[in-house]
Amino acid sequence: MEHTPPPLFRTGLTPLARLMVFSMLSVVLLIADARFNYLTPLRQAVGVILYPLQRIAAAPAALGSRIADFFVSHASLREDKERLSVQNLELATAAQRTAALQEENKRLRGLLDMRERIAAPSLAAEILYAARDPFSRKIMIDRGQLGGIEAGRPVADHVGIIGQVTRVYPWLSEVTLITDKSQLVPVLNVRTGLRAVMSGTGDEGRLELRFIPLTADFQPGDQLVTSGIDGTYPPGLPVAEVTDVQRDTAFLFASIACKPLASPSAGTQVLVLGRQPGLPERPVEQPATAPAKKKKGRS
Amino acid sequence: MAARPMTPQELLLPVKPGFIMLTLVIALLANLLPWSGWGAWLAPDFVALLVLYWCIEEPRKIGFLAAWGLGLLMDIADGSLFGQHALAYSILAYAGMALHRRVQRFSLAPQILHVIPLLLFTDLVVLLVRALAGADFPGYAYFIGSLTGAALWPVLYYLLKLPQRPRPDPDRV
Repeated sequence: MEHTPPPLFRTGLTPLARLMVFSMLSVVLLIADARFNYLTPLRQAVGVILYPLQRIAAAPAALGSRIADFFVSHASLREDKERLSVQNLELATAAQRTAALQEENKRLRGLLDMRERIAAPSLAAEILYAARDPFSRKIMIDRGQLGGIEAGRPVADHVGIIGQVTRVYPWLSEVTLITDKSQLVPVLNVRTGLRAVMSGTGDEGRLELRFIPLTADFQPGDQLVTSGIDGTYPPGLPVAEVTDVQRDTAFLFASIACKPLASPSAGTQVLVLGRQPGLPERPVEQPATAPAKKKKGRS
Repeated sequence: MAARPMTPQELLLPVKPGFIMLTLVIALLANLLPWSGWGAWLAPDFVALLVLYWCIEEPRKIGFLAAWGLGLLMDIADGSLFGQHALAYSILAYAGMALHRRVQRFSLAPQILHVIPLLLFTDLVVLLVRALAGADFPGYAYFIGSLTGAALWPVLYYLLKLPQRPRPDPDRV
């Protein structure tokens, strides 16, 4: 059944032996990557090889949207213009009010001798494609290390937070979405001021609030924004809306489902935000006491 | 077993290694396209499909190194664990090489019946690796890609053989 060459010719190892060699190599890579995170340079090198292909593959979608842009009808342009000018007016008044408030806020903060919250510099990027891995939810954006991006920076679009940069390649970076199972975002309920930790479910349109007591005040329609206590996401950015609250007394915690506000898709513009400056030092970990886990539940 | 009339075999020109490489690069590009929504579930792993095709059709011209290297590229593209696709494609390449004499004898429909379990097995390897690394089962829709891949097999079979068909000689009747 197998391809076995006549012994006259030297053709190297048999297929089975080769399979063993390559499987062992793969397993070594897997363990080195999953357990020890040793492989960042190797990943970067392979990423450089892959980069032209990634750009080429993203080109048709970009071209398609450019062609669609070209053939926008006159009516829809006019409609857009009217809508935008109305919106512009509304936003201008809001901006004026904000400027006044900011001024006032600055004065008050100065009075309170609090550290000033500086708007961190942010970078614009475009989503190239969503990774095909069905076990996680990640996207690739077209700006990397050379564009000034570091791992750990939060990413938002015009509606709200979409995720966090988890890996950086020279010209691309990988963003893990908040809907990924491993992602946690500390949030604040705008209506009540309750804090909670939002976690992804691995499902595109679904987020969960975990470990919320049955009696906590969460209702469908509540807006959740980042609370900023993790030092990763700046405070006050919209994250999700509560869609469904189940209070079953058989369980210890309420089951609260939420819908992410941002819906990242290929070709959309995103903003890679800066890390929050001026955070207080991390407290020194106490060796013997209970492990300092991530804050959960309400504050 | 009673002698059955064998399916007629075509005489084909040898494949150029450049053509194999070109098809593999195109498969990689197809995998990198921004699939979304249902497309993301339905889209087969084109690289796996092509690796299997060439391992069955031309096992001497494609090696484990190619399969393994393509696996590494796919791991980077997906942002998945480094080595999971490499492992899966190596196993797939071995299965293709081991079965190539058998599969080549069959006509298209039975060939598809061979391809489906091989692709599903590749999925299973990836699933196993991710489960060991702590991921949850992503749902049965995960396997749909392999079925659409197998459904694309006849298309591949026709298209990839085109450059191998000898051109009709105008001097002969």
